Amino acid sequence: MTLLGVKNLTLNIGPHPILHDVDLTVEAGKITAITGESGSGKSMTALAIMGLLPKGANTTGTITFEGGDLLQTSEPDLCDIRGNDIGMVFQEPMTALNPVHTIGSQVAETIRIHTKASKTDAMAQAATMLKRVGLDVPPDRYPHELSGGQRQRVVIAMAIALRPKLLIADEPTTALDVTTQARILTLLQSLVNEFQMGLILITHDLAVVADVADTITVMKKGRVVESGPATRVLTQTQHPYTKALLAASSHQPATREPYASQTPATPGLVVQNVTRTYPLPRQTILGRRAHFRALDNVSLTIAPGERVGLVGESGCGKSTLTRAILGLEDVQAGTITLDGDPVFTGNRPNLTVRRKMQVVFQDPYGSFNPRHRVGRLVSEPWHLLETKPPNGPDLIAQALTDVGLTPSDADKYIHEFSGGQRQRIAIARALITQPDLIIFDEAVSALDVSVRAQILDLIADLGTKRRLAYLFISHDLHVVRAVTDRVLVMQKGRIVEDGPTAQVYDTPQHPYTKELLAAAPHLPDFAEV
Amino acid sequence: MIRYTAGRLASLILSLIAASIVIFAVIEVIPGDPASFMLGVNAREDTLAALRDQMGLNDPLPVRYLNWVTGLLTGDLGTSWTYKTPVADLVADRIWVSLPLAIYALTLSTLIAFPAGIIAASRRGGPADVTIMGATQLGVAIPNFWFAMILVLIFAINLRWFSAGGFPGWEDPALALKSLTLPAIALALPQAAILARVMRSSLLDMLGEDFIRTARAKGLSRRQALWRHAVRNALIPVLTIIGLQFSFLLAGGIIIEQVFFLPGLGRLIFQSISARDLIVVESVVMLLVFTVIVVNFAVDLAYAAVDPRLRRRA
Repeated sequence: MTLLGVKNLTLNIGPHPILHDVDLTVEAGKITAITGESGSGKSMTALAIMGLLPKGANTTGTITFEGGDLLQTSEPDLCDIRGNDIGMVFQEPMTALNPVHTIGSQVAETIRIHTKASKTDAMAQAATMLKRVGLDVPPDRYPHELSGGQRQRVVIAMAIALRPKLLIADEPTTALDVTTQARILTLLQSLVNEFQMGLILITHDLAVVADVADTITVMKKGRVVESGPATRVLTQTQHPYTKALLAASSHQPATREPYASQTPATPGLVVQNVTRTYPLPRQTILGRRAHFRALDNVSLTIAPGERVGLVGESGCGKSTLTRAILGLEDVQAGTITLDGDPVFTGNRPNLTVRRKMQVVFQDPYGSFNPRHRVGRLVSEPWHLLETKPPNGPDLIAQALTDVGLTPSDADKYIHEFSGGQRQRIAIARALITQPDLIIFDEAVSALDVSVRAQILDLIADLGTKRRLAYLFISHDLHVVRAVTDRVLVMQKGRIVEDGPTAQVYDTPQHPYTKELLAAAPHLPDFAEV
Repeated sequence: MIRYTAGRLASLILSLIAASIVIFAVIEVIPGDPASFMLGVNAREDTLAALRDQMGLNDPLPVRYLNWVTGLLTGDLGTSWTYKTPVADLVADRIWVSLPLAIYALTLSTLIAFPAGIIAASRRGGPADVTIMGATQLGVAIPNFWFAMILVLIFAINLRWFSAGGFPGWEDPALALKSLTLPAIALALPQAAILARVMRSSLLDMLGEDFIRTARAKGLSRRQALWRHAVRNALIPVLTIIGLQFSFLLAGGIIIEQVFFLPGLGRLIFQSISARDLIVVESVVMLLVFTVIVVNFAVDLAYAAVDPRLRRRA
């Protein structure tokens, strides 16, 4: 039974065209996925259905729901529909909840808006709904006391509290760990079956789509380019864009010579028995402070030219390890050395170490000073050298060319570049001192699949050309597999598995590694289908 | 919440001790011997020595500090050198003008600023927003003493609704309030302008938050989402400003006190400084510091009441 029909939906915001002739149908009890890269109009389609478009939005076409056209429905009537007949779940569970109200009262609010339930009744129903979504936390807690996955369950409970006929989930698992993602997807599937809801699942991740969707709609630049039953779209792909997306998601950088483990001239990075703890707040006023072990007896080595991956979920200690390796903070026990020199030397950085080691961070937007030109940004690490190189402009031009940009880009400002280009600039900045080791801290996590594939190619290529060693840190198992020789798996501050990449992925030893691999969504292998 | 309050209370006591030491030290190093100031330049050396002894100026510093603090705690603030009356009495008279005036002005400014800020934020870019923002721009720019004089000109001299100045005392509370009304308005409007702008920008920040979108997706109208989800979250910066403004209003109303001939703390401290009446200065400054610290404590408790993230579960 068709629950929702979008026909010829065209949307302009001010003079800017956003959507062109979008068609979409949603069946009750089925999962319709909308996928595409950022800026493709996925979220705007969802907001158009909800009637929550920003100011200045102009729509034509029809959105039929329960016999009425949502685009022609008055705002008060839309308020009655939202939360009652159509629920919505958003991407960012950390910010989607109001921090000053308890989770129970926020779920109860949905019930109180649309029904005449008393406050106690609504709270009781809310508690039941929170249990139904698998949350084992009392409803009088505040959002900041919950983890990301738990908060997303609260958001889902809020959206389905009145058993809406249609649920729209906009990137509901993008901000979550793989294991949590798998659990949330299972929850959504079971709710669809139980309530016979229609679910619109918006995601950029084709692997997520492949696992759960009944039908798939692929969007590009505000248009639907391909649409149909999931298996057909994935196996008999018609549109070149869909094919490109599929190829990019399962992209393996080419031409990688395997790492030759001859005895290296220098020892490289050696992390030995490192422990880092943070004091927790006292439980009683004069009680002993408990300590949180962010790193627990961690040892690892990265030989010159070796490409090592580090995977683990949020809170496992990846970031603490990165900071410790970069010498940004001290550790309580153990040593970290690069070619025999300690990385942490108190308040004054050890320049001999620093110039051999650089870092590329996740956020391509936040890691540059917007007031400096690219040339200055890229050459920033020169303050690590005793004297500035005399042929500075040539080196900047070379670094920019190496990462696929042009020398003239040095005179531009950072806001003139896209996310992928900014990440190239970040890599150019890391390369400028000719380091031996680069740490990529979630360096491709914020990028679209096609851009991610290009950056991965670039990283693999640089690794080969320059015999560069790198530590590639990511929560994305697939990405790590593509660009590393050896992989480390981290859990609760410990390295639980360490071995050649192919071996760890094919025959994982530790139960946690097995769990991670099982939870990771994957695209079906087309050779088998 | 109990732990949070206890922590804040401990910080309050430590701040008070630190502040008292700083005030005492600063007053002690100010050049100018109060004894010679009191007796004039032609005083005889032995009279001066006798007075210094009588005033305790020859005791070692720690002893003088302890005497002063003990005095503060027992309500004995010493005797003013110029007025020859107990400082406690002097201060008590003045505080009954300054404190009600500050509370009056703050109440007015909050009552004006909250609705103005909320209306401006909820109709961002509309005529109401533009008008309110224009008015607050003026309110911030106009000096309050000039505004006070305009008020006197209109409401006291032309319309004769209020008296132009002076304070009749609290025997007739209605009359007392009436005489504080013009000064309170003059103090409140610039503060209200600042507060309204803070309220508006804080609310606009909140309206852009994800949880407002979530609230709309639940079926709340724009207005409901604003009232139920944005206002309380927007209060934190507003509370900070209110706390700062109260401290300012208590002592900083000196110009307004001059314009309206009000016997307030601001005038007292000004006169005492000119007369090198250091014992009065010390006591009044300590009193003001005490008030500021207590107000900050109250603001901290208000933060925790508004935002659960600031209280720790014990």
